[in-house]
Amino acid sequence: MLKFTSAISPLMTLICRRIAFGALTLLILSMLVFFATEILPGDAARVVLGRAANETALQALREQLHLDEPVAARYWHWLVNICTGDFGTSLVNGRPIAELVASRLMNSAVLLVLTTGLTIPLAVGLGVFAALRRGRRSDSFLSVAALVVASLPEFVIGIGLIIVFATVVVQWLPPVSMVPPGTSVFARPLVLVLPTLTLGLVSFPYIFRMIRATMIDVLESDYMEMATLKGLPRWRMTFVHALPNAVAPAIQVVALMLAYLAGGTVMIEYVFGYAGLGQGLMNAIQSRDMPVIQVIVLLLAAFYVLVNLAADIVTILVTPKLRTGTW
Amino acid sequence: MVIGVKFMADPKIDKTAPLTHAIKVAPARRSRTIWSASAVWGLILFFSVLMLVIFGPFLTPHSPIDFIGAPFEPPSSYALLGTDTVGRDVLSRVLSGGSVILGLSAIASMLGVALGGLLGIFAGYARGLVDDGIMRLLDVLLAFPQTILVLLFVSVLGSNFWLIALLVAAIHMPQVARVIRASALRVAREDFVVFAHGIGTSPIRIIVQEILPNVASPLLVEFGLRFTYSIALIAGLSFLGLAQEPPAANWGLMVNENRIGLMQNPWPVLAPIILIALLTVGLNLLTDAYARHAGKVNAGRSSAVDLDEDDL
Repeated sequence: MLKFTSAISPLMTLICRRIAFGALTLLILSMLVFFATEILPGDAARVVLGRAANETALQALREQLHLDEPVAARYWHWLVNICTGDFGTSLVNGRPIAELVASRLMNSAVLLVLTTGLTIPLAVGLGVFAALRRGRRSDSFLSVAALVVASLPEFVIGIGLIIVFATVVVQWLPPVSMVPPGTSVFARPLVLVLPTLTLGLVSFPYIFRMIRATMIDVLESDYMEMATLKGLPRWRMTFVHALPNAVAPAIQVVALMLAYLAGGTVMIEYVFGYAGLGQGLMNAIQSRDMPVIQVIVLLLAAFYVLVNLAADIVTILVTPKLRTGTW
Repeated sequence: MVIGVKFMADPKIDKTAPLTHAIKVAPARRSRTIWSASAVWGLILFFSVLMLVIFGPFLTPHSPIDFIGAPFEPPSSYALLGTDTVGRDVLSRVLSGGSVILGLSAIASMLGVALGGLLGIFAGYARGLVDDGIMRLLDVLLAFPQTILVLLFVSVLGSNFWLIALLVAAIHMPQVARVIRASALRVAREDFVVFAHGIGTSPIRIIVQEILPNVASPLLVEFGLRFTYSIALIAGLSFLGLAQEPPAANWGLMVNENRIGLMQNPWPVLAPIILIALLTVGLNLLTDAYARHAGKVNAGRSSAVDLDEDDL
């Protein structure tokens, strides 16, 4: 491990190192994404102009897309453009990608915020409840339910909910969550119900189990025994002494959940036809629209890396023993 | 016992005894037998679906790719589960639609657990620089958004059986390595390993004869978890149309093809999702029961969370 001079605090060193690691990850990811789309079989110019295109037109477009330059130079141009906010244009409809992605980004964000806002309090509450009633029937039921839900693939949960709430059993909710371009999702709040429920169910077990396990550890700790011996009331012990100590691991899980949702939304938005980034990625994959694939994958990946980075930094800040240890 | 009586007579201590007991939650309930209710259920669910996947293709009443009627016909005596979006027999397609998902998942998980386990044992045994190097490299792999990358590579390179198996194995590898390294580190500090080292046993012999048998049970738990996760992931890829091309009978693909006809005939969607659910739930229950039984995982924490939290 590198030894830094004591001019900066060990805490800052730790955080700087974590940020450097995040930046490195992003850089490698951008290379991975670029080169993966480079080895895509087929000629980008031909995708745009179709099979019947003549050779001069193809050549002109290749020049315009810089397809005739060496790969490293193209990667450099691409990276500089992305970093300066120039996402390029879609190969399929020629519109700027930034414009395409912006509204989808909003829609995905709405779904994400809604899900996180509803799932976390519920999962934390039930996790604490199950830990306090450990081994009883209510705890066993919740734990088995969490285990079962955690084993189901996302699309199975989504389609299951569509069958129950939108088609075969009852028809209370729309089975597809179409959002016409240019309109806000809030104009039709009903379309948000099933996607949010699916994402919530998918992420609930992880938070629930983590909180339950951590709370059980905390409840068995010496200082909780001490608090009991001092005769503190049970609610005070639970909420003032135990719960704050279960928060640090919970931050990690929440981050993990957010990061996971970056990938999970692809599946769920596709299931419900919800016009978010994930569905945009699936559309781009189906039409082999490379520049759009690159931008969306990079955005989702950056979100994933940043959330993990933020979680690690917060964890470093709230965990005393990490402040002196080496990472 | 004079002291004992005095002790018991002391009202202060007497009072605290039940109190400490109340806060110290009963010790982890560790089942003496592996055959707890959830293990039995898990086994029944998993093996019934497994049998269906293995023997189903020989029991199909019709060909899974022939048209036998109008689209989305409801169940009849001719087609017990009705017909699908282009009029193929749903029952035959269900019976023959699980093999690719299950086979691919099994191969991907075995590959991932084998590679990850090997790296983990090696890192845990070697320690020092080798350990640091391996684990840092795996950290980089872990920092990538795995599902998105699998999606990217599969969509770009085409749906190839071995490509998917390798990519899914690559997702599993770093996480398995982490868990197994922790176990191997513990085992490598045990006296019998130190002793074997002392009498000059070769490192390979130590790894194979001393460490491997002692990490067998976490390896098995990891395999169960990875297998469940692989099935979910590969079924998802199939649903997105990235694992097999259309005329093929595949549960994931069936769900996607037939969901427009849910109101006419729900079976071509219902049957595959029920089977996928039974498979993953059964496998997870079984793994969880085994993990608890092996006592490697604190009964309070569910194994899947402990080990799965990185998969997200």
